[in-house]
Amino acid sequence: MIYLKLFWSFLQIGLFSFGGGYSILPLIQQQVVTLNGWVTLKEFTDVVTISQMTPGPIALNAATFIGTKLAGPLGAIVATLGCSLPTAILALIVGLLYYKYRSLTMVQGVLEGIRPAVVSLIATAGLSILLLALFNTDIITIRTLCTVDLKAIVIFIAGIAALRIWKPNPIYIMLGSGIIGVIVYYFM
Amino acid sequence: MKRDFRFYAKLFYSTFSVSAFTFGGGYVIIPLMKKKFVEELHWIEEEEMLDIVAISQMLPGPMVVDASVLVGYRLAGVFGAVITLLSTLLPPFVIISIVTLFYQAFKANPVVSAVLRGMQAGIAAVIADVVISGGAKIVKSKDVLSISIMTASFCAVYFLKINVVFVILACGALGGIVTYFKNRRRAGT
Repeated sequence: MIYLKLFWSFLQIGLFSFGGGYSILPLIQQQVVTLNGWVTLKEFTDVVTISQMTPGPIALNAATFIGTKLAGPLGAIVATLGCSLPTAILALIVGLLYYKYRSLTMVQGVLEGIRPAVVSLIATAGLSILLLALFNTDIITIRTLCTVDLKAIVIFIAGIAALRIWKPNPIYIMLGSGIIGVIVYYFM
Repeated sequence: MKRDFRFYAKLFYSTFSVSAFTFGGGYVIIPLMKKKFVEELHWIEEEEMLDIVAISQMLPGPMVVDASVLVGYRLAGVFGAVITLLSTLLPPFVIISIVTLFYQAFKANPVVSAVLRGMQAGIAAVIADVVISGGAKIVKSKDVLSISIMTASFCAVYFLKINVVFVILACGALGGIVTYFKNRRRAGT
């Protein structure tokens, strides 16, 4: 039964992906291309491209794309739930424990150790995206330094300045930079 | 906070809009959620938000799903978690369903790729803003341990490419050990 198979495959994808971002790609590829042959490698590459252009995690995007292709809208729903329901239940259990025990001194100490690291994690993700925006690659060599995208630098600095001065909702910065993107990259 | 229909509608709408704008990976939800739930609605403390990020990072599966379930649970229990889960799943589901239909035209469209290039720089700015605020707070605290943890974990993840799950576990263990000895010293005097 295709629905059960979809659910089971995406359940594995949801439960065995740690670390986020592109580390999940090989896992999805193994399930949908190698093991089940639901899509070709070319189609899988398309899924990744679509994911880069649209909001939402790659796993959920792949679930909708592959589910639709195999079994229509119901297939997409089944695959999406398979990918998110088990992790959601796990998150619920951990959340329950967190709110029950977080006032303990020991748990407080553990969390205080973790908080500065979280800031660093956000910084590493941000730096990769920034380098990608400025140099079109996140591996910097002398040669890529010369190909810096000046328009992207201007958008980045204007974005930071706006955020620090007026503290707007970040959604407006993203919408604004998209509009400026059309002006500077398409019309200029 | 009254948990009436308006509250649930607001909760649904808030996570829905956060999910609809998570371009560029899971970390983008942090500034969006922080703005919405910490600064705008004042429903969650800033430190709590960082804890939610750390927990989501350690759990398997998409970070957006874990973080929104935790936020929903914190604000309105299991029912709240169901609401935030649904509102998080809906935007990518609808968008991918539509894009799949028009994929060829979408992929080749130069306006779409111009929007995305511009947005990439904007997203970098949004994340940098969060890092500056969070980093400045830690530096200003002049707490040697926190500053060292921040520096060391950045190097571990960015340069040494160590798995983030291990980094979080190690920092948690360090925090636990320090607290243990602090407590013992306090009990001894």
